[in-house]
Amino acid sequence: MKLLTLNFLTCAIKTCKGSPASFPLHPRDSELEIIETDINLPFLKNILPRLTWDAVRTISTELGLPELPATAPTREDLVEPSSTSEDDAEEVPTQVAKDLHRLLLETCVKEGKLVCGCCEHEYQVKEGVANFLLPGHLV
Amino acid sequence: MLPTPSTSHVSFDRVYEPAEDSFLLLDTISSSTEVAFLKDRFSNATTHPPLVLEVGVGSGVVLAFVAGNADNIFGRHDVLTLGTDINRFACQAASQTVQTAIASSAQPSVFLDVVNGDLASSIRHQSVDVFIFNPPYVPAELPDFSRHDSYNALPAGKKATTFEQDSYLLELSYAGGEDGMVVTNRMLAQIPEILSPNGIAYVLLCAQNKPEDVKKNIRSWGPGWLAETVGSSGKKAGWEKLQIVRIWRQTSG
Repeated sequence: MKLLTLNFLTCAIKTCKGSPASFPLHPRDSELEIIETDINLPFLKNILPRLTWDAVRTISTELGLPELPATAPTREDLVEPSSTSEDDAEEVPTQVAKDLHRLLLETCVKEGKLVCGCCEHEYQVKEGVANFLLPGHLV
Repeated sequence: MLPTPSTSHVSFDRVYEPAEDSFLLLDTISSSTEVAFLKDRFSNATTHPPLVLEVGVGSGVVLAFVAGNADNIFGRHDVLTLGTDINRFACQAASQTVQTAIASSAQPSVFLDVVNGDLASSIRHQSVDVFIFNPPYVPAELPDFSRHDSYNALPAGKKATTFEQDSYLLELSYAGGEDGMVVTNRMLAQIPEILSPNGIAYVLLCAQNKPEDVKKNIRSWGPGWLAETVGSSGKKAGWEKLQIVRIWRQTSG
């Protein structure tokens, strides 16, 4: 499961939804793997405003990955200045863009848990598939 | 016609096989009227990439179709796709279907994951731009969920599923309880929460689901909510057997 997916997930328990602590879910005891994919620079530029950067930083730190800057990169940070172009296909990604791609789309939780900061419920990740099904008494 | 994704790797003993309903979704989403509607809402290349969520992906054929043809449907290829399914075997199969479709696409979009869950219960509120749901819509008794945990994985120490297990997993994909609406009604209740302000939903219904009542009910969610049939198939004596309802909010101003 990709780290970017965590940007769109929250605790499945209804009563947690209103609590800010239910996002992001916190990875615990994680085994990570890198699954390489082609970089999509227009996507990276456009996804920036949709990222909850503080959550990305928190998750990254909790996984023991290198610390991220306090503020999100800008669109300009992602494109080599000499390659800036009207045509997306001409643009060359910077190291910042490559690092962001590696973090959000290539770094995957293979095994582990995702923990809600509100109710402490643990969701298992097995073979890359996160399980958000709740036992009957929690639905 | 846009290419239909390959699902040749999927075991249809325990994952719903693409059928008339799946193909109606593909045809509707890629119809000229829906493409025009989607492009009008989402094609502006400087806006954030639209997130497409499909609940109950099954084989993944619909989500893979959107991911593989994002450029044709949305006029942009930075579209994000995410799926959920209650059946863990479907999650794994669908994931592969979407990745294969993207790999063979000239303009690859961005696939997130398929998570194992109940409907959209784990999805962050107001995050979904395009929602797709092909529900278990057949009026038939719901399966006994008390066995779900044991049936949702390979039996301990075994390399194959059992016949009872496969039957249960397939029942999940079609049995919809009274009027075939029990699961759909639970899903409809989540739609206003998960959709972004500009978000739209495509939900498949069959004639026994009383689609006119369903649409009337959606329009009563509050001011601005709209529901219209935008695709149908299997016309019989003036009755559409299956239809796709588009749900959206009129944007003010």
